[in-house]
Amino acid sequence: MSADAPRTEIVQMTPEQAKSRRARNVAIALAIVALVVLFYVVTIAKLGLGVLNKGAW
Amino acid sequence: MSFVSEQEDRLSAAGVSTAQPGDYLALLKPRVMSLVVLTALAGMLIAPQPSHPVIGFAALLAIAVGAGASGALNMWYDADIDALMGRTSLRPIPAGRVLPGEALAFGLVLSALSVFTLGVLANWLSAALLAFTIFFYAVVYTMWLKRWTPQNIVIGGAAGAFPPVVGYAAVTGSVSLESLVLFAIIFVWTPPHFWALALVKSEDYARAGVPMMPNALGGDRTRLEILVYSLVLAPLGVAPWLMGFASWVYGLVAIAGGAAMIHYAVGVWRAREGEAARKACMSLFGASILYLFALFIELVVENGPAQALARLAQSIVS
Repeated sequence: MSADAPRTEIVQMTPEQAKSRRARNVAIALAIVALVVLFYVVTIAKLGLGVLNKGAW
Repeated sequence: MSFVSEQEDRLSAAGVSTAQPGDYLALLKPRVMSLVVLTALAGMLIAPQPSHPVIGFAALLAIAVGAGASGALNMWYDADIDALMGRTSLRPIPAGRVLPGEALAFGLVLSALSVFTLGVLANWLSAALLAFTIFFYAVVYTMWLKRWTPQNIVIGGAAGAFPPVVGYAAVTGSVSLESLVLFAIIFVWTPPHFWALALVKSEDYARAGVPMMPNALGGDRTRLEILVYSLVLAPLGVAPWLMGFASWVYGLVAIAGGAAMIHYAVGVWRAREGEAARKACMSLFGASILYLFALFIELVVENGPAQALARLAQSIVS
């Protein structure tokens, strides 16, 4: 890296900002997990419980 | 929108947002969502064939999120006037907790996600109706009608009236006269409900430059229209019973509720000044919420748990 390369500016978050961002990240993670579960359960419901029966394959 | 750019500057200077998940939840207008869930559920339950409970739940969730998304888009566009009104100044954007751009992205992502989910899980007619509902509320009402005509909430009320039609379509893949009657009830209910509050908050709307009926055409005209809409609403509310898709219990609730709506609308018509006028308006506002909740809760109860119990009893007997 040359000495002329632009320096990356790092934002130092306040404790309040860090806490808020963590809370938002957790909320997004929970929403994504809920969406995955929802699509899985609805898929099973649409296909019928027979799809879980190995003998039916 | 100078207010919005000031907010952008202030928050971007701070660097990173301090918005909590609760602020994003507030963007979805949870109280409006609760009414949407109830009315959409009623639309689903009056369908001739029962919905699969899991698919029904998923469809209801998608409809609720779609309604919430349109609320977020409304708050994004209206942030400048929300800041000027006491009732709305503490909303996440005017209070400075959420950036306008964040609310816009949140609303757009949830709109697309809810429409796609409803289309994939239920059917594409209901998804198209949900998309139209979001468009109607966010664009036709919020961006066009609200700041242009005193008939804003009359026409815009269609957005709030669509959920039973969307719910019915999610189960059946079609639109029926029954679901359109539920649409009509909410459509006619909206003006007296909203104008009762607008009469009390007319100074707020005048300050924000929003031509609501009381500050645009005056209190007398508003009171007359409230009375007329209530007189139309009372018999319309009974229609589900007369048409045979609701029980006599619903009929009694609708007759009593309709009489109460007319009673309180007459109260608003009579009391025109001072504290008595304010009280009459708030009484009608409260009664109108109870009225709509009572009608749709009754529809849900008699078509949901009551019918399930009847089917269970029949299977035991046979």
